[in-house]
Amino acid sequence: MYQFNYRKASSVEQAADLQASAEDGVYLAGGMTLIPTLKQRLAAPSDVIDVGGLDGLRGVDVGATVRIGALTTHAEVAASAEVRGAIPALSDLAEGIGDAHVRNRGTIGGSVANSDPAADYPAAVVGLAATVHTNRRSIAGDDFFTDLFETALEEGEIITSVEFPVPARAAYAKFPNPASRYAIVGVMVAEVDGAVRVGVTGAGRCAFRSVELEAALAGGLSVAALDGVSVPSGDFNSDLHASAEYRAHLVVVMARRAVKELA
Amino acid sequence: MAENGTGIGAAVKRKEDIRFITGAGRYTDDIDQAGQAYAVFLRSPHARATIGGIDTAAALQVPGVVAVYTGADLAADGIGDLPCGWLVKSKDGSDMIQPPHPPLAVERVNYVGEPYGIVIADSLQAARDGAEAVAADFDDLPAVVDVATADAADQLHESVPGNQCYDWELGDKAATDAAFADADHVASLDIINNRLIPNAMEPRAAVGDYDAASGVYTLHTTSQNPHLERLVLAAFVQVAPESRLRVVSPDVGGGFGSKIFVYAEETAVIWAAGKLRRAVKWRADRSESFLADAHGRDHVTKAELALSSDGTFLGLRVKTIANMGAYLSTFASSVPTYLYGTLMAGQYKTPAIYVEVRAMFTNTAPVDAYRGAGRPEATYVVERLVETAARDLSMDPAEIRRRNFIQPEDFPYATPVALTYDTGDYEASLDKALEHIDYAGFAARRAASEANGNRRGIGFSSYIEACGLAPSQVAISLGAGVGLFESAEVRVNVTGSVTVITGSHSHGQGHETTFAQVVSDRLGIPLDDVEVVHGDTARSDYGLGTYGSRSIAVGGSALIRATDKIIAKGKKIVAHNFETTEDNIDFTDGVFAEQESNRSMAFAEVAFAAYVPANFPLDELEPGLSEKAFYDPGNFTYPAGTHICEVEIDGETGVSTIVAFVAVDDFGNVINPMIVEGQVHGGLCQGIGQALLEHGVYDDAGQLVTGSYMDYCMPRADDVPSFTVDTTVTPCTHNPLGVKGCGEAGAIGATAAVMNAVTDALGVKSLPMPATPETVWKALGGAG
Repeated sequence: MYQFNYRKASSVEQAADLQASAEDGVYLAGGMTLIPTLKQRLAAPSDVIDVGGLDGLRGVDVGATVRIGALTTHAEVAASAEVRGAIPALSDLAEGIGDAHVRNRGTIGGSVANSDPAADYPAAVVGLAATVHTNRRSIAGDDFFTDLFETALEEGEIITSVEFPVPARAAYAKFPNPASRYAIVGVMVAEVDGAVRVGVTGAGRCAFRSVELEAALAGGLSVAALDGVSVPSGDFNSDLHASAEYRAHLVVVMARRAVKELA
Repeated sequence: MAENGTGIGAAVKRKEDIRFITGAGRYTDDIDQAGQAYAVFLRSPHARATIGGIDTAAALQVPGVVAVYTGADLAADGIGDLPCGWLVKSKDGSDMIQPPHPPLAVERVNYVGEPYGIVIADSLQAARDGAEAVAADFDDLPAVVDVATADAADQLHESVPGNQCYDWELGDKAATDAAFADADHVASLDIINNRLIPNAMEPRAAVGDYDAASGVYTLHTTSQNPHLERLVLAAFVQVAPESRLRVVSPDVGGGFGSKIFVYAEETAVIWAAGKLRRAVKWRADRSESFLADAHGRDHVTKAELALSSDGTFLGLRVKTIANMGAYLSTFASSVPTYLYGTLMAGQYKTPAIYVEVRAMFTNTAPVDAYRGAGRPEATYVVERLVETAARDLSMDPAEIRRRNFIQPEDFPYATPVALTYDTGDYEASLDKALEHIDYAGFAARRAASEANGNRRGIGFSSYIEACGLAPSQVAISLGAGVGLFESAEVRVNVTGSVTVITGSHSHGQGHETTFAQVVSDRLGIPLDDVEVVHGDTARSDYGLGTYGSRSIAVGGSALIRATDKIIAKGKKIVAHNFETTEDNIDFTDGVFAEQESNRSMAFAEVAFAAYVPANFPLDELEPGLSEKAFYDPGNFTYPAGTHICEVEIDGETGVSTIVAFVAVDDFGNVINPMIVEGQVHGGLCQGIGQALLEHGVYDDAGQLVTGSYMDYCMPRADDVPSFTVDTTVTPCTHNPLGVKGCGEAGAIGATAAVMNAVTDALGVKSLPMPATPETVWKALGGAG
């Protein structure tokens, strides 16, 4: 690690002020990405602004929607009976993130803000038509992820919660990277407000909705509707673990498995 | 078995585990010396480059930085190269070529991560800051990464034309060629044995200290064999004479071979401690472990098996290119030769075998022994080839093995590749394994998988290994630079408790329990009265450490010899007390008793009599009760067994799931079956890891692509099934315990069993390892 100024924020407003006045300030939530990056000296922020103590950003609120505070850990989401009652697919997704250590530290806000191409939550944000609430505005899930590690967030903007409409039904199927257990491909299939949505993570530069799969499933959530359907692999990720072509194949297979779970 | 249930054969819980699982272990990184400084190594970012210059001025200005040393500083102080301990000769009789291997690179670097300097500071942070302030000027050169074409690539070392270290052969070429000429069928296979990165749980570490008053250097380090470390540092690297150099290996968290070797880092650390007259500490980051621990395997092989039409093996021809990496690590040369070519007979009566091995240098991390060391590679060749032959001839894979097994009446059996197996019963292991796996039910299980759109396969591996490398004279005549005996001391304390001091080293094997069981059983004293000391050159006689599944077979035998001496001396002491002769004294269950009388002395009474010699034959015997032994084995031991793997493949994704794995091993007599089962489980995980998950990958520029756990896939609990582990027993014929060793068998047998199962499921001849989901998916015809 390089030296930095550690700032502990006591409110969202103060956190934003600290960030605005810092030369190069970064927010620290669960630290599951930032801490390893700092330890390897791959980042040298002037200030680390710890928002972890902001209790107002923790917890789940389940009513007409499921609203999850930005600092709620994956373990808390996975263990919430209310979340499981409303959107079991979201509980399943949270339960499958990383390992027990990561789930106990990592937060939904941190995960979403990072736009890691292989993170699980982004599939839910786009697949379930979530809204990302910040200290400045509300951003539609469809508009939130813009590129590899890039989001619609502006400099200094803080996610306060992620709000999910309760889908008629939804299922998440993940093909984990055998080494890291991140998603090589993760697919959230959901029926939200009468429309079928398919959110995909792992395959592209950031999470996205699959036009091809949504079109195929528009007539009904049946496994047969996916027969012969393929997705283009052109701009998909390709690495040691999976080529773009294999990822494209897995997107369809995972979609089929999610649909099968719903049928 | 001892009546108290802790003797030989008892599944005693490990004495050392309490401290390990409660965090009370004392590892090298737990050791701090007064006023110690911290070291960070400067490591090459290039796979191959010349070093134009190293500017340390700015680093020396960083607050807290004490010193920056480069290879030139070590050379100026007369510090020698890191040697390779086994001289292999080429076919033409010439010696292998050993390129210079300075601990810190001097003129050029040859792999990413190669150390070229050491920065020492008051704190680790300051040392890191200092390291970043060093400006090294590299001239990047094209890297040689592909071992198969390394002979035609740029020459890496001035002294090594064609990048060839040696071109070795073993066996009768003419007889083998003749066998092929007469064969009805030849099964052939091209094999790549993938590079593995060891990944012990504890990274390597070193704390060097220098006592100016005595001139004694003390090195605490993560070594599997501290005496070897001391020998090399004294005799070759010339840090200090052995008498003024103490090497201590405290608790060590795994090694798998990677901690046998003498590396640059501990060498530089102990030298720097003397230079600065101050303790210096270094611990590898996990990233450094990936880059700079010696890697394993990495062979390219063409193998052929000649058969008659009834499946009888007639001849075996193997041609291997072995990757040495950039330099020769401590025992690198012996791994693809004397620990590989000699194993090619496997469990079979193949009459003619010829093996050729070319060892090549590339711009990758050095490759050396890794759990099994040569024997997993040999088993992979033989057992994949046998399976291929069975498929070619449409024979049952169990039957083709049975037909060719060396039979119990054939022992001792001299193979065509230099070894003489003392004993074994290979059909016994095979039969037991077939029963456990329910071989007869496999066809129905396969049909059920296929009905679900999946594939199912079964794979065999009837392996043999040679453990407890021996005897010293033979090994030395074949180029070994060290003896292969082991030392033991049994020191009986005044009140009858016993301190056992062994030259073996435990870094996870459980010696503190197993060795105590042996001594407790032999002396008839409680297990808790026996303490085992190891890992300190100041406390034990010269020993060779732990590797190659040698500890119980060699170290345990030395222990028996020393214990026998204790009993013999005890009899003399008792005979004197009873005014009789020692032939009239029996020793059973801890009691020395006179025959045909009711007079006896307990072990503790004899110990007391030895140290308080009121009634003692001082004119014939020295007082005290402490005995030493050095044991040099007469032969290797030959554990063997059959592993059977059953795998199901997801027809859509290509994911291979091991649904059943049976390992039936013959380790001879077993001291602690629970520890043995644990060793088998660990070995199987590593063997399965190689087959399905693990792969050390360099890109064309020589950068390590799999340099972290994000990309290097370690096997985890959910990657393996609940193993079925069983044993058969043919006791070793030439050591006092009848033991053979069990540490590597899992890693030796498992890989071929898994790949035989995967290829069986897919109906393909071969598949590169690891059989990742995408690799399998492509074999399923998935790619368009």
